[in-house]
Amino acid sequence: MSVNNHILTAQGITKKFGGITALDNVTIDVHQGKVNVIVGENGAGKSTLMKILSGVYPDYEGDLFVKGEKVNFSNPKEAMKKGIAIIHQELNLIPYLTVTANIFLGREIEDALGMLDFKQMNKLTKSLLQRLDCDIAPTTLVADLRVGQQQQIEIAKALLEDAKVVIMDEPTSAITDTEVENLFKVIANLKKQGVSILYISHKLDELFKIADRFIGLRDGKMVGTIEDISDASKDDLIRLMVGRDLKNLYVKEASPIGEEMLRVENISLPKNREKTEFLVKDVSFSLRKGEVLGIFGLMGAGRTELLETLFGLHPKLMLGKIYIEGEEVKIKSVTDAVNLGMGLVPEDRKEDGLVLQMQICKNVSMASIDQTIKNGFLSKQLEGRLTKNYMSDLKIKASSEKQLSKNLSGGNQQKVVLSKWLATTPKILFLDEPTRGIDVNAKNEIYHLINNLAKNGLGVLVVSSELPEVMAISDRILVMGESRITGEFSQEEANEDAIMNAAIS
Amino acid sequence: MSIKNTLLKFQSIIALLVMCIVLTIMSDKFLTPENGWNIMRQISVNVCISVGMTLVILTRGIDLSVGSILAFSGAVAAGLLKYGVEIPSLNIYIGFTVLGALLAGLSVGGGLGLFNGWMITRFKVPPFVATLAMLTIARGATMLWTGGFPITGLGEHFAFIGTGWFLGIPMPVWITAVVVAIAVVVTKKTKFGRYVYAIGGNESAARLSGLNISKIKIWVYALAGILAAVGGIILTSRLDSAQPNAGFSYELDSIAAVVIGGTSLSGGRGSIMGTVQGALIIGVLNSGLVLLNVSPFWQQIIKGFVILIAVILDRVNHPNEE
Repeated sequence: MSVNNHILTAQGITKKFGGITALDNVTIDVHQGKVNVIVGENGAGKSTLMKILSGVYPDYEGDLFVKGEKVNFSNPKEAMKKGIAIIHQELNLIPYLTVTANIFLGREIEDALGMLDFKQMNKLTKSLLQRLDCDIAPTTLVADLRVGQQQQIEIAKALLEDAKVVIMDEPTSAITDTEVENLFKVIANLKKQGVSILYISHKLDELFKIADRFIGLRDGKMVGTIEDISDASKDDLIRLMVGRDLKNLYVKEASPIGEEMLRVENISLPKNREKTEFLVKDVSFSLRKGEVLGIFGLMGAGRTELLETLFGLHPKLMLGKIYIEGEEVKIKSVTDAVNLGMGLVPEDRKEDGLVLQMQICKNVSMASIDQTIKNGFLSKQLEGRLTKNYMSDLKIKASSEKQLSKNLSGGNQQKVVLSKWLATTPKILFLDEPTRGIDVNAKNEIYHLINNLAKNGLGVLVVSSELPEVMAISDRILVMGESRITGEFSQEEANEDAIMNAAIS
Repeated sequence: MSIKNTLLKFQSIIALLVMCIVLTIMSDKFLTPENGWNIMRQISVNVCISVGMTLVILTRGIDLSVGSILAFSGAVAAGLLKYGVEIPSLNIYIGFTVLGALLAGLSVGGGLGLFNGWMITRFKVPPFVATLAMLTIARGATMLWTGGFPITGLGEHFAFIGTGWFLGIPMPVWITAVVVAIAVVVTKKTKFGRYVYAIGGNESAARLSGLNISKIKIWVYALAGILAAVGGIILTSRLDSAQPNAGFSYELDSIAAVVIGGTSLSGGRGSIMGTVQGALIIGVLNSGLVLLNVSPFWQQIIKGFVILIAVILDRVNHPNEE
């Protein structure tokens, strides 16, 4: 194989989940001793690629080479043995064990009597942490550490195994600015020691501080690299991320936009009671009858939290005012929100949208069960009729309304969740990433549905991190970044570069 | 549906039938009307408690306090019936009719259950811990109330509840049948029942559908308390005595009945009729082992293995659950 400075090479990697192609013939090289940054939108396939490189997904087409040697990982442990470690977005530490115990978990050092050799392990831990310039005592409980410090423990864990490549998946999404500075020092240190970094992040500003080269992924394909970042600009990077040919399968039909349905003023959601940090900050907007309002933002921008706040999930912390059809309303619980004519199709339909082991009809009637009651008792007939109506309207493919929801495809499950809310005859519908994990055809069906709902006079708020989707379905687009609204575009003004720019600024 | 699936689906009934056939062959005392009514009378208390336990477990909870609540409610009913309430300083004496004593006993059970539910929903105390605390609280209260001595001599009207017959069927069986019938209708045909399943199946989805989770859970624990009190009254009446240590470890028999009956401890799946079958299996097993002169020590070991087998079979039926 090649005798170059490529420590890790992925060649022709293809990965499918069911009918969806997550990665399509992707070839990338990781250069030794450099910070290799992968950029791309949500859903571009970055995380999938990382999971293949680190042995989490053993099934894929294509080949992996470590220093020119062909390798096959059937689990993360094998990848680790070849020197490839991954620091996940969610840290995998055990809170009530010490730093040392965590670092040595599964590879403890024992003395001649078979007892744990704490002295030796603590000493090694200390030297590992010194390599990272980090002064945490090895005997500290992980629970007492800040998130940024915990991340350093994860990195130390990788170094113990003598990692040659450290993969970092959005490492700065959950840590404070000072901790980010610290992390960058650690990365610089690792680079000096010859360790290669494969880094994923959305935050363009920070990327320019640490990157040596960029690799662009888009819709599961490798679209190019920028090898010399000195003459690269932010615009180049944005083009690498989004510059696609817009193949618009879906064309929105205009619907008449009526009076104001929902108005929110200065909605904020503090992270804590002290109100020092915010998940949602001073968000104001209005939504009209028949309007589809898209909210675009990258991960962690506060979009989901905004919907949750409006839907009565954080009544104690919420600040700001909500008006429905011009009247101020107090939403103290989800029940209040539902009674006021709101509905929420959540981001994770399996965790939050459906009771999977229940039949379709029972899920459909869940939020409006009173209409299926006859003479004081639930009527299977009424419930069946209600469900069959939606099954034919929304083209839900199932053997009958009694099929268990868990046996449906993702698109059909999403339609069941939608039916549940339509059965409540809502005025306002919130959709959080309504097409996540759904194949192209079902996506288009959902788009048409959203369009139809608007035409029927609903106010529809759609949160999405897929730019083409937001642009295709929205009458108006709000952009969120770092908990605030950072831009507003009418359908005419909207273009990909401008929206992405607002999202990352 | 394949034969294997059918067999698995009706595993409890098949197990019950097999046990009855085997016992009929091995003992001529098993298949007699007296023994039949005996078994029914014996399991009636467990069925009442287990109906409540089923509701609790369907919401992914657990109630360890039912045995103690049973004892306290029975003792309160017995004590009020026998002694009434006397407040010497005000020169007041309140006597209780049988009906008054019964209502008082049921209210105590319901009240303690309500308290469980309040702890669990308002203060987020895990159900295991909240009801474990109530297990000792209610037991202590029973000791205080009775002074550690049985309350006996409760009169023939009260005794009718546990020992009487009506239309050729023992009263405890009537009461249990009514409880079961109501519970079946409630779980299958009412909004409340549907919500119980939904909460156990996916609490987050239920909350996001606008269900008032706390209210439903509080009701479920209150019902479990009331049903424990029903059991307590039947038991006290049958023995004509409120024993301070009555209902000791009944929560375990009750959980066993629910689990053998195919209700999932992870919530959302199961049925009242399953639990009735579970209680019948335990009852028939107990009775059979006694008739066959199996030592009580062995009886316990065998019962333990029956629980394990039931759960393993359930695993085969539902392989994808956690």
